[in-house]
Formats: sequence, C-alpha cells, structure tokens
Amino acid sequence: MSHVLTPSTSESASRGVAQARGLFDREILRQAFFGAFKKMDPRVQVRNPVMFVVLVGSVITLLEAIAHPSTFTWSITVWLILTVLFANFAEAMAEGRGKAQADTLRKMRSETAARRLSPDGREELVPAASLSKGDTVVCEAGDVIPSDGEIIEGIASVDESAITGESAPVIRESGGDRSAVTGGTKVLSDRVVVRITAERGHTFIDRMISLVEGANRQKTPNEIALTILLAVLTIVFIPVVVTLQPFAGFAGATVSVVVLVSLLVCLIPTTIGALLSAIGIAGMDRLVQRNVLAMSGRAVEAAGDVQTLLLDKTGTITLGNRMAANFFPVGGHSEQEVADVAQLASLADETPEGRSIVVLAKENFGIRERQLDESHVFVPFTATTRMSGLDMGTRQIRKGASESVKRWVAEQGGSVPADLDDIVERVSRAGSTPLTVTDGAVVLGVIELKDVVKQGIKVKFEEMRKMGIRTVMITGDNPLTAAAIAQEAGVDDFLAEATPEAKMALIKQEQEGGKLVAMTGDGTNDAPALAQADVGVAMNTGTTAAKEAGNMVDLDSNPTKLIDIVEIGKQLLITRGSLTTFSIANDIAKYFAIIPALFAIKYHQLGALNIMHLHSPESAVLSAVIFNALVIIALIPLALRGVKFRAANSAAILRRNVWIYGVGGVLVPFVFIKLIDLVLVALHAY
Amino acid sequence: MSFFFTLVALVVALGLTWRYLGSYMAAVFDGRVRFLKFIERPVYRLLGTSPQQEQTWKRYASAVVVFSAVSILFTYVILRVQGHLPLNPQHLGGVGSALSFNTAASFVTNTNWQNYGGETTMSYFSQIGALSVQQFVTPAVGIAVAMVVVRGFARKNSATVGNFWVDITRCLFYILLPIAFVFGAIFVSEGAVQTLAGTATIHDVLNEVTQTLARGPIAFMEAIKQLGTNGGGFLNANSATTFENPTGLTNFLSIYLLLAIPFALTYTFGKMVGSVRHGVALLSVMVLLFGVWVGFTSYGEHQNNPAVAAAGIHSSVGNTEGKEVRFGDTSSALFGVSSTMTSTGSADAAYDSFTPTGGLGLLTGMMLGEVTPGGDGSGLYTLLIFAIIAVFIGGLMIGRTPEYLGKKIQAREVKLAGLGALVMPIIVLLFTALAVSVAAGRAGPLNAGPHGFSEILYALTSQGNNNGSAFAGLTGNTPFYNVVGAIDMLLGRFAIMIPVLALGGALAAKNVVPESLGTFRTDNGMFVGLTIGVILIIGGLTFFPAISLGPIVEMLSHGRFF
Repeated sequence: MSHVLTPSTSESASRGVAQARGLFDREILRQAFFGAFKKMDPRVQVRNPVMFVVLVGSVITLLEAIAHPSTFTWSITVWLILTVLFANFAEAMAEGRGKAQADTLRKMRSETAARRLSPDGREELVPAASLSKGDTVVCEAGDVIPSDGEIIEGIASVDESAITGESAPVIRESGGDRSAVTGGTKVLSDRVVVRITAERGHTFIDRMISLVEGANRQKTPNEIALTILLAVLTIVFIPVVVTLQPFAGFAGATVSVVVLVSLLVCLIPTTIGALLSAIGIAGMDRLVQRNVLAMSGRAVEAAGDVQTLLLDKTGTITLGNRMAANFFPVGGHSEQEVADVAQLASLADETPEGRSIVVLAKENFGIRERQLDESHVFVPFTATTRMSGLDMGTRQIRKGASESVKRWVAEQGGSVPADLDDIVERVSRAGSTPLTVTDGAVVLGVIELKDVVKQGIKVKFEEMRKMGIRTVMITGDNPLTAAAIAQEAGVDDFLAEATPEAKMALIKQEQEGGKLVAMTGDGTNDAPALAQADVGVAMNTGTTAAKEAGNMVDLDSNPTKLIDIVEIGKQLLITRGSLTTFSIANDIAKYFAIIPALFAIKYHQLGALNIMHLHSPESAVLSAVIFNALVIIALIPLALRGVKFRAANSAAILRRNVWIYGVGGVLVPFVFIKLIDLVLVALHAY
Repeated sequence: MSFFFTLVALVVALGLTWRYLGSYMAAVFDGRVRFLKFIERPVYRLLGTSPQQEQTWKRYASAVVVFSAVSILFTYVILRVQGHLPLNPQHLGGVGSALSFNTAASFVTNTNWQNYGGETTMSYFSQIGALSVQQFVTPAVGIAVAMVVVRGFARKNSATVGNFWVDITRCLFYILLPIAFVFGAIFVSEGAVQTLAGTATIHDVLNEVTQTLARGPIAFMEAIKQLGTNGGGFLNANSATTFENPTGLTNFLSIYLLLAIPFALTYTFGKMVGSVRHGVALLSVMVLLFGVWVGFTSYGEHQNNPAVAAAGIHSSVGNTEGKEVRFGDTSSALFGVSSTMTSTGSADAAYDSFTPTGGLGLLTGMMLGEVTPGGDGSGLYTLLIFAIIAVFIGGLMIGRTPEYLGKKIQAREVKLAGLGALVMPIIVLLFTALAVSVAAGRAGPLNAGPHGFSEILYALTSQGNNNGSAFAGLTGNTPFYNVVGAIDMLLGRFAIMIPVLALGGALAAKNVVPESLGTFRTDNGMFVGLTIGVILIIGGLTFFPAISLGPIVEMLSHGRFF
C-alpha cells in the first residue's frame, strides 16, 4: 500500500499494464524511426502549424538547392528536413511507448469460450466474442472471465494481476461494492454467475487499449491555448522575415531565400512545436506507468489545477483498521487487570481490532494468549447489544460501547465507577474509540482503539499545502473523532458524519467558489459525487457505476495515489510552459548569429553584432539551423520524462523554472552555436 | 543638475497624480462621482441611454465603431468645406481629399499624425470644431475601452461590460474637460497664445522685412494635446515654438500632462480590481521600461553629434542640432521619450536630428507597442494584452491553468490577446515593406540609405502605433502616404481595440478562481520581469531585423556600439 508514498515510482511501476521499458527501448526506437518518416505526410503535418511552416520552408530550400546547388543550400535543406523528422520522431517515440503497452493488453484479451446460461438455466458453450450486454455466464475456478460484468450470484477469489499487476487474489461477490469483474481476469476459486455489462469492443480492456495507444487523443484545453500562442508566435515572424527582402532591396542588398527560410525556422518556436504532442502523450503514459487510467487528457490537466482534495479517511489517511493503543483502568483497578480481561474478551474476536487488543496485552504486559476450550463460549458483536465477549462458565466478560456496557452492568446489578465517563470522554476527544471492559458487574477500564494514520501522509499534506491545495478528510466518524484524526494527519479540514449527499454538497460548494475538486471513491453511492468532481478517481475494486462515473480508474485501488495524480497533472503543464519559455528565449542568440550574416556584404558594420565571432556568414546560419534541429533531439528525454517536479509554492517553482529555462534558454544557444560553428570549421566545411 | 531636479519634480508630481487621479478615475467609472448629474442626465436623454442600460461587449464594440466612423466622417466633411465655414480669418480653402482622409483618420485614432502645417492649412473652425473635438473624445474612447478590460477582471459571471456612452460622457465631463481647462488657463497665464484674431503682421524695421506671425486659439488646445496623448499641435513646429510652449514651466507641465493619465490608470486598475498591488505591478513594468528608455535616449543626446565630432568640433552641451536652446539636450530627450512612449507624438525638438542612439530610443519606444505607459487607455489595455501572455507562459511553468486576478487564461483569451499583440508588428512591417518597394513610397524620404529607411520605418511605426510623432525628413502629404498612413492608423487603433473589447467580455463572463499558495502571483517582481520580457521579446524580436537596417547600421557606422 505504502509504495506510492515513496518518492518516485518509475522503478516500482514495473507491473501489470505498465511494462517497464527504458526510455530508449530498442524496439520503440526502431518503430519511432520509421514512424518519423510516415509522419512526413503533409496532411499529418498541417495539424501542427509550427512544424508545417518548417516543412514548407524545407520544400522552398529544396527547390532552391536544386536550382542553385551548393554545399550551403543543400546543408540547410537537409537540416531543415531533419528538423521535421526529429519532431516526428519525438511524437512517434511517445506513441511507441503507448503502443507497446497496448500490445501487452491485446495479448491478454482472451478469445476463450464462455459458458452462457440460457433463460431455461441450461449452460451452452459460446465464443466470448458473441456475448452481448445482459447475457449471464458461469465462471468456475480456472475460467477466464469472458467480458466485463457484475456478479449476480456467488463469491469467488479472482486473479486480477493481468490488469493491475497485483498478484494477490481479490474477493469478488454478488451484491454490494465488490461485485464488478473485468474481462480477462481469472477466477481462482469457487463459482460465480456473472451478468455481462459491456458490449464487445467496449470493455474495460478495449478502452484501456485505445487510451494507451492515444487512438482518439484530443487536445486538452491548455494544449489548445498553447497551440494558439505558438501559432501567434509563428505568424508574427512570417512578416518579419518576408519583409526583409524588400528592406534589403531598399538598401541595395539582396538576401538569399535560403537564409531567409533559415531565419524564419530559427525564430518560430520549433522546439516546443516539435515536442508539444510528445509531452501530452508522455503525460498520459506516466499515469499509466502508475497504474492509473485517465479517460481523457482533460482530466489529467484538471488534476494539475485541483485546489481541493477530498480524501476518504479509511484507507487513504488511516490504515483502515483501528488498533488498540492503551488500557485505562477505572475504579481503582490496575492497568494489568484491564489488559488481562481485555485480552480474554478478545481471544475469540477475529476482527483486526480484536487481534490488536490481544497483541497489545501481550506486548505491553506479557500476558500470553490463552487457549480456548469448550467451557468458553464466544459472544459475538451484534447491532443490538453493541458488545462482544466471552462466557467462561458463570463468568461473563464483555467489551463494547460505553453506554451499552453501562446498561448491561446496571442490569447485572453492578455500579459504574465514577471516573469511567471522564475517561471515555477523554479517549473520544483524542479521536480514538473507547471500548469499556467489564468482568461481570465489575467495570475494569477502557481500551483505547486508535485510528493509525499512515506513515508519511502528514508530509504529503504539508507538500499539498505548499502547492496551495486544500485537503479535506471525509469520514463517517463523529466530529470529535474526526477533528482529532484530522489534526494528527495534518489535513486542512474534515467532513464528519459524511453522507453521500453531504459529500456532493461539499463538492458543489467548492466548485461554486471557482475551485476544482478531486476525490476518490469506489461505492455505487459515490458515483454522483465522482461524476460531479472535476477529477474523480474510481478504485478498480469498486463498482461498475463508480468506474463509469469517474474520469480516472486506479488499477491498484490505492486512494493515496490521488496525490501523485495531481503531481503528474502539474508536471505536464510545467513541462510545456518551460519548453515554451526555452524555445522563445533561444531566439535571441539565433538573431545574433543570423542578422550580421544576413547583411554582411552590404553593411559590414553589422559584424559588430557577431558577438560569437562565428567563422563566416554561411557557417553562422548553418550553425543556428543545426542547433535548432539538434535541440529537439536533445530535449526528447525531458519531454517524455517531464520536467522535474518538486512540491513547493508557486513562486519557488516559477523562480526555478525561469532561471533554468528562461535564462538558460538565452545562454545555452550562444554556447552551442559557437561550438557547432567550431566543428564546422574543423571539418573544413567552410 | 537642473535636469535632475526636473526629474525629481516630475516623479513627485506624477506620484501624487497616480494616487489621487487614479482613485478619482476609479470612482468616476464606478459611477460614484455624480456632482455633474445635471449635465449627465440631459446628455443620456439625448443619446437615449442611461447608466442602468449595460451593454454586452459586442454592443459596446459596435458603439465604439459607430461613434468613430461618424467622427471620421464629421471631421472629413469639416476639413473639406472649411472654406465655407466661419472662423476662417485667413480665408483658407477646403483641404484636399487624401489629406482630409488622412487627417480625419489620424485624429479619430488619437494618432495626430500631421501631413500638413496647421497654421497654413487649417481654419480656426477646423482646429476647434474638428481637430480639438477629437482630441477630447478619442482619449475618452481609449479610456472607456480600457475600462471594459478592467471590468472584465473586476466582475464575475457578468454578461455586460458597462455602457460606452455613459463611460465617454463621464470621462469627458469629470476628467478631461476640467483638467484641460485648468491647465489651458495656466498655459494662457504663462503666455501661450489664445486668440481668434487672424495672423499678425510685423514690420521689422531693422532688417527691412515683413513677417507674418501665425496665431490662434492655441493655449487651450495645448492642454488637451498633451493630456489626451494626442500630440497634434496648432502650429507645425509643435511644442518647440514659444506660442505653444512659452516657458520652462509649460515645458515641464507638458511632460507631466503626457504622463499623468496613462500612469494613473494603473492605480485605477488596481483600485477597481480590488488590489492596488496589481496596479503597482503594472506601473512598475511601465516605469522600469520608461526609465531605461529615458536614460538611453538622454545619454544618446548628451553625446556629441557623431558627424560633428568627426569634424573635430567638441561641444559640452550634447547634440544641439534641431534642439530648442531653451530646453537643451537631455530635457528634449525626456520630452521626446515621454511623447513617443505615450503614443502622443508632440515634440519640442526635431527628432530627425537626434543622434542615431537617441533616434533609436524614440523609434523603439514606439515599437514596444505603446505600453510604457502608452496612450490614454490604450496604454493600459495593450499592456494587459502582454500581461495576459506573460501570465499564460508563467502560469504553465508552475503547473496550473494560468489565471490572472482569478480569471483563467484559456484558449479564447490567448487567441484574443495574441491577435491584439500581432496586429501592430504585422501592419508596421508590411506597410514599411510596401513603402520601400513602390516608387511612390521610395520618393518620400529626404535621405538615402539607412537614414532614409529609418524615416520611412519611423513614419509607419508612428502611425501604426497611433503615436503621430514625425521623424521629419519624410514628405508625407502625398496620395500614397496619406492613404497608406490612414489605413495603418485605423488598423493600429481598431484592429487592436476590438479583440481587446472581446477579451474584456470573455473575462467578465468568467467565474473567479480563489487565490491560493499555488496561484501564479501577478503582483510581484517575477510577474513584472516576465511581462517586461514578453514586451521586449515581441517588440524586440519582431523589429530587430528592421532596426538593424536603419538606426543600428547608422549607429555602428560611426564606429560606436552602445
């Protein structure tokens, strides 16, 4: 459970769908290489305005090179075409990683036979492909579940490792929130009757395949906005370059078309233009690596914008089970006595709480577990008595809710020690659950059952706070208990005695205030809230309704992962923003390379702007073009991995990125254009 | 030293104006200032509107367009028929059609580019009834449009953005008219000419010549010329003459009036959006760039004229060619930068005679898009366009959908801001390219080579930015430059204004995202730096090739590189 709490999961994600592949897996590289050429189709290119301009430019220089061949014109032409190819390669790389995952999934999609139940109850063997929604099928130990469905009869342990990578089997049973099964998973024991809930081709696995392949990937809102900005930055440079010809003409100079095209390509934001779609695809991929399936890129982006996180207490903030933490004696009894009786009362109690009482008595007071025999009768917990315990002959030992125990003691003719209420109150106030222990009519003391907050969660919430995200704990506990746990875990707020309606109301209230809300859920009653939330992460163990309502599914069913999802969403935007800044900042150095070269003959004075002391006009222009192309390749790993994300407030993140990508973006090309120029000279190219 | 004291006095005066005029203007546009209700009400009745009748951005934009179109027509007709109109003691005939069109477009776009000499072309009626009227209403239109964007940020989930007719009425009666009246009176008291009598004829006995002195209702036009960031003077020599700008005080007040409203509007912005800090951030962007340009240009003018220095003559008073000796080098540079960076274009020296460095300062001051501080209203709304682009890039860098004052900056906002930012560089470059390519355009400049190119580039930059300052040396009153210039001015005004109005509408319709620690801060130094970066990149990167063929070559030709 706690693996997501460790810093990064790129190593730990080697399970299930997320087949660990190195960033430069040879097979992916090979496919991307051919993909880069296939994408040269102008109909593909026109979708990316920046790269389309480069393609058109390379055609112009190609014609020029054919008409007036020279080493320079051919070199420029080749490097411009390479620029387009590099962009295609980046996109193909990102897609290739998804495709590899899709192939793994396809292999898993079984073409097995299904045992369909006809209305008269007979079983018939049909191919899984012929099943339609509403059919019922029988699955027994060893069968692969033919399609998505819901168990309507029986209970079974199911191996879902094919999807989640988790090898431990899970229990699926009819009714309640654990009834959904996924096609392709395997029944390990028992027999269940499943009603098919998905049409062929629309099963969960089918959807996963199309998602990881990015088959119908749509641009996300921020991606659209950024594409517009890039188009603006492309359009504005077209007149800049086009007008240079008449300007030069007025000065009595001529400018070669090849140099003008080179200048244009260097000025338009090719770096980000080339990597933009790769960044988007890689962002989805990073989620898949963590076993989260996002139904749309929009949801991933929204995750970065989330300002309020609604987190279920149980399983997300606390370990899920309450554990005995203390024994408090009352009425002059000793702690030892309380521990002794409490352990007796819990010997037959197989709940995790019961076991923890036995363990605590053993660890703190050395009381050995006693063997039960026929004289011991276990009295189970019921909703009416709200107590459990052990009858040993005439000796009746009970533990339970204070009020119930008090009533029972009174019935036995006993009296309640005066300090009991105080202690019960104190334990409740601390956020724990008090269990009163009594031996017949003699009340001995109180067991404190504590919710154990997950290790490291407080640090996570601290990080969230730094990022300006409010965390709200959702719990069915009373406000007193909730407040104490909220404080211990370090959440900003809590919703106690939460009902589905209250949860829904909270989401709406936050949204009306302009905030984006993320939550996790698994039950059918969570479905409306999951649908209402901007980011609704359904647990894979949850019901079909929940999974359909949310816009992400966590295959590991680990609600804590919501925090990781937020980080991935942010990282996606940061990567785009940083590379845009880098791309624009690069222009300055390119100007200093090209402008002096452009008018070198007419205005030798402009040579003063050649601050890099580039060898010749040709080598200067070519160096800038080569840098412009190579920087795309150099940044592919960054685009695919994403810019390093650190939880911090916005000012700190911005400062860091402005320094690295803004200031760095101004300086880096000066260095590399000079180096490329030196190499060209060394090669005697010029 | 006196230059230093001028600067200190200017900073103090502008600081007070920023605070108090800024807050007063916020009150005016929020409808909290009502002492002239008795004038407002009949005006609204006449226009068939009322402050309660709010407009959508589209209605608002059509009102702007209709009002401006009528203004152009009105101005054009008056100039054409001025020969038949009163107040024409010199019996000047009607103005030619191309020049009338250029002049009408020029004054309605708040450019005040003058392809004519005022004293020999325009009758008093034209100066008062056509040109001065536009000098009052066009800054009001600019400020009104800025208010739409400000309201876009200040309001939430609102379909409307204010009422154009109410906004310009209030702007005129509460802001422009009273201030212009007070300062007009000061100009009169300082000796600026204000008369309806015709030219005066003086017989100079000593030199045995007869001089004709142009005069007219100059002083009151002077105040609105500067206050309204108009720049079109009564006389051809503009503020360099003693009739328009008689004393050191009026020169100081001219500079002050140029900068008063554009700077103060940032306070108005901050006040209306509920965060003066945000106004301070925008002010900082303006002041920092303005300061650098004043320093650069003053430095340039304080140098010897490189050609004079090359002849072995050294002067200790800087470049005096084309300067009014009353004002001198650095003060003229301050006036020039104030005038070019506010889209005003008035002049107390000949800009053509500035050193290459000084001329570069003036030219690039306009190329930044007239945002530092820019014209009345237009400076603020254009700056907000750049701020939105800065917010978008910066916001992405912190991993959130970018937001400015709680308004999410999404595809529509980026599109409109991008459009607004694109217009100016594109028209300036394309029209310059056109001018240098055709014979009619090539015939314009007085000089050949890079300086001739600078003259053409300057003229079209000045008109495209609605500045109106002239580098001189260019013969502008030709059919080609009249028509091309007019189109340049009209696009430079309205092709930016309309996307800006749409932007205001889009912002007003949005809900407000509450601020948190994760919000991109738009009221601190980082934001100021990013916005300056965007302004310099859009202005610098788009014009660098062009200026490298003009002023930069000139500068480097004298063997110096600054």
